[in-house]
Amino acid sequence: MNTATRAELRIGFIPLLDCALLVVAQEAGMARQQGLTLRLVRESSWANIRDRVAIGHFDAAHMLAPMVVAESVGAGHLDTPFMTPMALSSGGNAITVSLALWQAMQQNGAGISAQPVVQARALAQLVAQRAAAGQPQLTLAMVFPFSCHHYQLRDWLQSGGVDADRDLRLVVLPPPLLVDALRSGQVDGFCVGEPWNSLAVDAGIGVIAAVCSDIWPQRPEKVLGMRVRYAQQNPDIVAALVRALQGASRWAADAANHQDLARLLGQPRYVGAPPRLLEAALGGAIRSSLGHDALPRPEFLRLGAAAIVPREEDAHLLLAKMEQCGQVVPDDAARARALRSFRGDLFAAATAQAVP
Amino acid sequence: MLIVDQNLLRASVLEDGLREAGYRDLVVVRDMQNLMRRIVDEEPDVILIDLENPNRDVLEQMFQVSRVVRKPVAMFVDQADRASIEAAIDAGVGAYVVDGLRKERVHSIVDTAISRFRAFEKLRTELDETRQQLVDRKLVDRAKGILMRQRAVPEDKAYELLRKAAMDANLRIAQVAQSVITAAELLK
Repeated sequence: MNTATRAELRIGFIPLLDCALLVVAQEAGMARQQGLTLRLVRESSWANIRDRVAIGHFDAAHMLAPMVVAESVGAGHLDTPFMTPMALSSGGNAITVSLALWQAMQQNGAGISAQPVVQARALAQLVAQRAAAGQPQLTLAMVFPFSCHHYQLRDWLQSGGVDADRDLRLVVLPPPLLVDALRSGQVDGFCVGEPWNSLAVDAGIGVIAAVCSDIWPQRPEKVLGMRVRYAQQNPDIVAALVRALQGASRWAADAANHQDLARLLGQPRYVGAPPRLLEAALGGAIRSSLGHDALPRPEFLRLGAAAIVPREEDAHLLLAKMEQCGQVVPDDAARARALRSFRGDLFAAATAQAVP
Repeated sequence: MLIVDQNLLRASVLEDGLREAGYRDLVVVRDMQNLMRRIVDEEPDVILIDLENPNRDVLEQMFQVSRVVRKPVAMFVDQADRASIEAAIDAGVGAYVVDGLRKERVHSIVDTAISRFRAFEKLRTELDETRQQLVDRKLVDRAKGILMRQRAVPEDKAYELLRKAAMDANLRIAQVAQSVITAAELLK
C-alpha cells in the first residue's frame, strides 16, 4: 500500500455509464490502495460540474472532454483554466431518432446496420422533402454546448449534407428528460451517452441510427477534469488518483467484471438504470431497435488502456470543432493553453511510478 | 425576470422576496417542457434557476445560440463578480443576465435570490427536523406501550428504561425505541 499520500477528495459526477472508473476506484479498493478516499457527489447538470470545480467545491470531476478545452480558452463564466491528467472513457455515445423519423428515413434509404453516412444522407433527403412541403424543421437534441455529442452530431449531419445551423434546430436537453421529449414529440432525435439510447430503444420509442464510435474513432469522451491550480498544488494526490483510476480501468475493461460493474452502477446513487442495459452497453452489444437483435460493437465504449491517455492532438481536434461552429475565437495564447490542458505527460509520469 | 424552479414553495419564497425588493414583471416557470421556447417568448433580462435543476444546461446553450435570444446571456456579467458567483452557487441558485443590464441592479437581484434561497434552505432543515421529531415521538410512544405491556411497568418507568438503554449504548432514544419495536414484532 502506498502510504505516502493520504487524502479525501470530493469528486462530482453525472449519472452516466462512463462515470464507471470513478465508481470502481472507490468501490473496488483501487483508491484506498493509493491512500485516497473518493467522496463521489452526484450532480444534476454539466454547468454545475463546471462551476463547482471552478470555485473549489469539487477537487475534480467526471467532465465532458471539450469542457476542459473550453475553460482553458476562457469560454466559461469564471476565468479558471482546467486541465486533465487522464481520460475516463472513449466513445459510448449514439444518435437515436424517434420511430416516426426512423420510418421516414427508411423510406429514404436508411437501414438498421447501415453506415452513419448512409443514415445521414437519408436524413438529408428527408430534410429537403420536408422543406419543400413547408413542414416545420426537425429538432435534434444534445446534452451540452461544449460536448463531443454536439460535435459528433454536427459531423454526422454534415457527412450527409445537412447544415446543422440552417436545416434543423439543435437544442440542449438534459439526459433524464430526453426519453420523454422523444416520446412527446418535443424532439425528433438526440445524441447522448448510455444508458439513455438503450432506454429509448427499450421503451420502444426510438431507434439508434448511428453509434458515435463509427463517426469518431478513439477520442476521449469524458475526462478527469480539475483546476490547473489544484493539479499544481497537489501533484502527489493527482498522481495517486491517476494510478487508482488506471487500476479501475484495467478492472472495468475486463469483460469478466462487466456483470458486477453493471450491478454496481445500476444502484440509484450512481447511474440508477437497469443493470441488463448497462451490461449490454459495456460489452458493446448494441440493440438498435426493439425489433432487432443486438449487434456486436466492440468499439462502442472503451474504458481500458487505449481510452485513458489524454493527448494534445485530442485537445487540438476539440478546439477545431469549437471554432468550426463559432463557439470560440481563441488568440494564440488561449490556443496554446488549450493544447496544454490535455496532460498525457502527467499520466505517463504518474503511472511510471506504479509498482507492479 | 424569469424564475425557473421545480420546487413551488421555494419559487414563491423567491418571488415574494423580489416583489418586496420592488421588482415587478416576474414570471415563474414550472413546466420544464419547452423551456427554451418560453425564454424566447418572454425575453427576460434575468433568469434565476435552482442548481438542482438539470435544465440549467438548457440555459447554457443560450451563450452559443444568440440568434434565439435578443442579447447574449451570461452567468452574471463580468469576472469581478466572482465572489457573488461563489455565494450564489453556495446557496444553490444560478443567475443568467443579459448583456447591458446595470450592474447595481444585477447585484440587488442576485443578493435577494441568495438570501431567499438560504432562508428557504433553513426553513427546509427546520421542517425536516420537526418531521423527524414527530416520527421519533411516535416511535417512543409505541415502544413505551410495548414495555408497559410486557414488563408491566407504568409509563414513566417505561420511558426511564428507554432513556437508560439509550445512554448506555450511546444511541438516540428513538433508535432504541425502534429496536424495541422490531424485537417485539419478531417475537410476536
